[in-house]
Amino acid sequence: MRRISFKRTYFAMPYAVLGVLFVIVPLGIMVFYAFTGTDNSFTFSNFVNFFSKPAMIKVLFRSLGVAAITTVVCLLLAYPIALILSSSKFNKSAILILMFVLPMWINSLLRTYAIKIVLDLIGLKNAYAAVVIGMVYDFFPFMLLPLYTILVNMDYSLTEAATDLGSGSAGTFFRVKLPLSLPGIMSGILMVFMPTVSTFAISDILGDTSTYMFGNIINQWFGTQAGWHIGSAYSFILLVLIAVTMFIANKLSGGKAQPTGAGGNVL
Amino acid sequence: MENGKLHEKFDKIIEIRGVSKVFDGITVVDNMNLSIKRGEFVTLLGPSGCGKTTLLRMIAGFETPTSGQIILERQDVTGIPPHKRPINTVFQKYALFPHLNVFNNVAFGLKIKQIPAGTSVDKKGRTKEVFRKYTKAEIKEKVERALALVNLADYGHRDVNSLSGGQQQRVAIARALVLEPKVLLLDEPLGALDLKMRKDMQAELKAMHRNLGITFVYVTHDQEEALTMSDNIAVIKDGVIQQYGTPKKIYDEPANAFVADFIGESNILSGTMPEDFRVVFCGESFKCLDKGFARNEKVDLVVRPEDIDVYKGGSGKGQLTGKVLSSVFKGTYYEMNIEANGYEFTVQNTDEFAVGRTVELGIEPDGIHIMKKLRTANEYITEVTGENTVAICGGDFEFINSSGLEKGTRVKAVVPFDAVELTDDESDGVIGGNIAQSLYKGAYYQVQVYTDDDNDFFVDTADEWDNDDRVGIRIPPERITVTAMEEDDAQD
Amino acid sequence: MNRRLKKALALSFVWLMLAITYVPILVLFVYSFTGAKVLGVWSGFTLELYAKVFTDSQIMEAVRNSLILAGSAALISTVFGTVSAIGIFYLRTWKRKCLDFLTQITMINAEIVTGIAFLLLFVMLKFIPTGWPTLIIAHVFITVPYVIMSVLPRLGQLNPNLYEAGLDLGAGPLKALVKVLIPQLIPAMISGFALAFTLSLDDFVVTKFINGNVSTISTYLYNKLTKKGVQPVLRALSSLIFFAVLIILIVINVVSARRARNAQKKAN
Repeated sequence: MRRISFKRTYFAMPYAVLGVLFVIVPLGIMVFYAFTGTDNSFTFSNFVNFFSKPAMIKVLFRSLGVAAITTVVCLLLAYPIALILSSSKFNKSAILILMFVLPMWINSLLRTYAIKIVLDLIGLKNAYAAVVIGMVYDFFPFMLLPLYTILVNMDYSLTEAATDLGSGSAGTFFRVKLPLSLPGIMSGILMVFMPTVSTFAISDILGDTSTYMFGNIINQWFGTQAGWHIGSAYSFILLVLIAVTMFIANKLSGGKAQPTGAGGNVL
Repeated sequence: MENGKLHEKFDKIIEIRGVSKVFDGITVVDNMNLSIKRGEFVTLLGPSGCGKTTLLRMIAGFETPTSGQIILERQDVTGIPPHKRPINTVFQKYALFPHLNVFNNVAFGLKIKQIPAGTSVDKKGRTKEVFRKYTKAEIKEKVERALALVNLADYGHRDVNSLSGGQQQRVAIARALVLEPKVLLLDEPLGALDLKMRKDMQAELKAMHRNLGITFVYVTHDQEEALTMSDNIAVIKDGVIQQYGTPKKIYDEPANAFVADFIGESNILSGTMPEDFRVVFCGESFKCLDKGFARNEKVDLVVRPEDIDVYKGGSGKGQLTGKVLSSVFKGTYYEMNIEANGYEFTVQNTDEFAVGRTVELGIEPDGIHIMKKLRTANEYITEVTGENTVAICGGDFEFINSSGLEKGTRVKAVVPFDAVELTDDESDGVIGGNIAQSLYKGAYYQVQVYTDDDNDFFVDTADEWDNDDRVGIRIPPERITVTAMEEDDAQD
Repeated sequence: MNRRLKKALALSFVWLMLAITYVPILVLFVYSFTGAKVLGVWSGFTLELYAKVFTDSQIMEAVRNSLILAGSAALISTVFGTVSAIGIFYLRTWKRKCLDFLTQITMINAEIVTGIAFLLLFVMLKFIPTGWPTLIIAHVFITVPYVIMSVLPRLGQLNPNLYEAGLDLGAGPLKALVKVLIPQLIPAMISGFALAFTLSLDDFVVTKFINGNVSTISTYLYNKLTKKGVQPVLRALSSLIFFAVLIILIVINVVSARRARNAQKKAN
């Protein structure tokens, strides 16, 4: 007897196979490179290279610092905007939020170029400030969107109930809205922090050697054939950093934080 | 079944043979056996999660059984994919194609279908069957006929999303029927409709079934729907068919407490059978129509609310005295809760008795249905008839007389259900009998055999038997346990 | 009074932030109409920069390459992602978890890590020539998760029996997929395509590592922007891209809003 030969789940098989080949295997190769020398023998020397150079560790902490500052500034600016736009008084049409997130769809190098022109015009000389402003400008919509989405979809009866129970508007905000928007905050943080910690284009365009980021270093190692193994080790450190960040974010938000990518929900 | 006669006598269109389905280690359908006759309206009835929909989906081909076979017109279709089975389905929420209008929804299957168009002879002289597709005109004619059948003649151009629930339901039926399936499967098709619409559609479906002569297999959790529409009902619980029979049989003679409870309103009580035709429950003794139980055997019994008569207190007409706890008018009758001897009865009566009144309750023998409590083995109080034979149901069966019982000793003979062998040819057995009832117990059929001396034999068998089949009964000697009765017991 | 003041403050904050968002773009736009080399100097209105954009063979090639790459990657990604999403949707237990994880990896991973990983893979798989083939493969795999993520929710909204109804009526698995499921998924596929297209256009980091000799708008911009003395022609190019994206987005929004309204009308 012929058995039923086809299941719908088989449609996922090419993705599973090719996904392993083009997503998992490359990362595996990277890990292999990270733990081998130019002679392909196992070694920790690539990591020793990193941890023995205070300058390198300094760059890593600089990247983390710049990413953290960018994330905090984005959050502080975006949360009030999301709060205002999600309130019924202002949300008559979604046109304002649309205006805010439209730049997401424009090439980030172009946006960086645009902010560079303005910074040149006002004559900002501090490379650090330039890089942070550039990053905030580039990643602001990525923070705003998840915040807005969670606030606008929040069950209005909850805030009403809180007010009903005698909570003032500030109390309602801190006791109800803020805790409930935590997954949105986490998504926003992930969507800003993760790309900024690894970026190199923005500091290339807006900064100078004093604002070298971890991404710049990796990029540089890959500029020379000999640096691939060390560069892979540095990438591996970045990968571990991302995994740890994701893990912490997931723990903090009860598994609800999702870096949902470039705002498909807007359109 | 190896018996060829049965195939001619009963034209089975679907046979479910030992079918099980396991999802993630959970057995949803547990070794089911069921055969459905051509042209029948069969309902799979049970609470949600009982496995009825899974069984239906296996018949349709959407699920493959973990084990067992599904036979369609004597052909094993277990591994045939759904699109190659001559079976069509009406889905729970219709599953109409939102991007197609009514006409194209109904025409969907016709446009795909390959129909035989005679034979042709190829170059090498072999005859080949030739297939073609329906022409546009044929499709149009068939779709229009199907739409007329469901009273939607002028709706062809309509967008399916603009139709009411009832109309969508009709389109779904037309879409399935237009392919002239051998079996139409309906998965809770009326579940999403309001009560009035549901009643109308019930009548229409029943009429359609009568007119088309197609076998309908209908899944529902609504016992009333099942009782009004079906020729036969399979009551399912925990993946096991609890009882299979006509609505009347299932209502009047539920096989167990679950069926009694699930079908209709019922009072289910525990009692004991002191003797044949007598049952004691609620502190009183009642006449009943059941027999064949061991002395003082504990039994379950069911009394339908409408089978309890209510009389004025002190009239002496009833067997139980009680007090009315509550009374609700239900349109044509009053439904009362009456407490008697610490038991609470639900009673339906056309006359109202005020709350708090003392009343008498009477139950006629035919209003009491006795059900075995979990049956474990056939037990007979009988006597030894020879050196190694014992009388059971009018026949002498061989047994292993290890304790040297003498002829004439009063004994208890215990025969496990699975020890009994049924034979096609009556003369192959020690005694003969008629199949009275088949109960699906998962791994086997529990068949009840009426012996010629009016006793019951319960038999667990892998074979399927049809009601009223004549069979012979055999028991391997080593499977009969015979123990001497105590003197006191024997005198009773 | 207090409440009105609060509202005014809130509104002005919103408008201030919007202004900050768009001022750089407007400045760029304004200065794209003057030919001055130094920024902030107005040397008279001219369209000369725009003319340069269209005569600069490097720019034209980069634009053409970017559009071809984004178009083909998004197209492949949409088909591949939709089919995969259908398979994933019906998967259960650990298999589903594995594929969800696979989808998440590229979305979460730093672009530079993804880029390097692709670089190392393609160095190992020497038979795949660096350039167009590597670019298309990489762009498909960085965009396909987004297609999957836009198709999956739509599948969840569908009547669960739709595909089965297709099979039941005699369509084979592929036919049921094409004739029943795909038509329901088209809106999700379109937004998946748009997403994949923009992501591909936007991508610079992954592209940079594996582009070989193929230059895209991103790599062209990066090369020019990291050099001293930015060329004025970039102002015109940037303005053009800004407004192209803006117009496309407005059109998509208007169309989808109109479709939503029509659907609502139909439903009533």
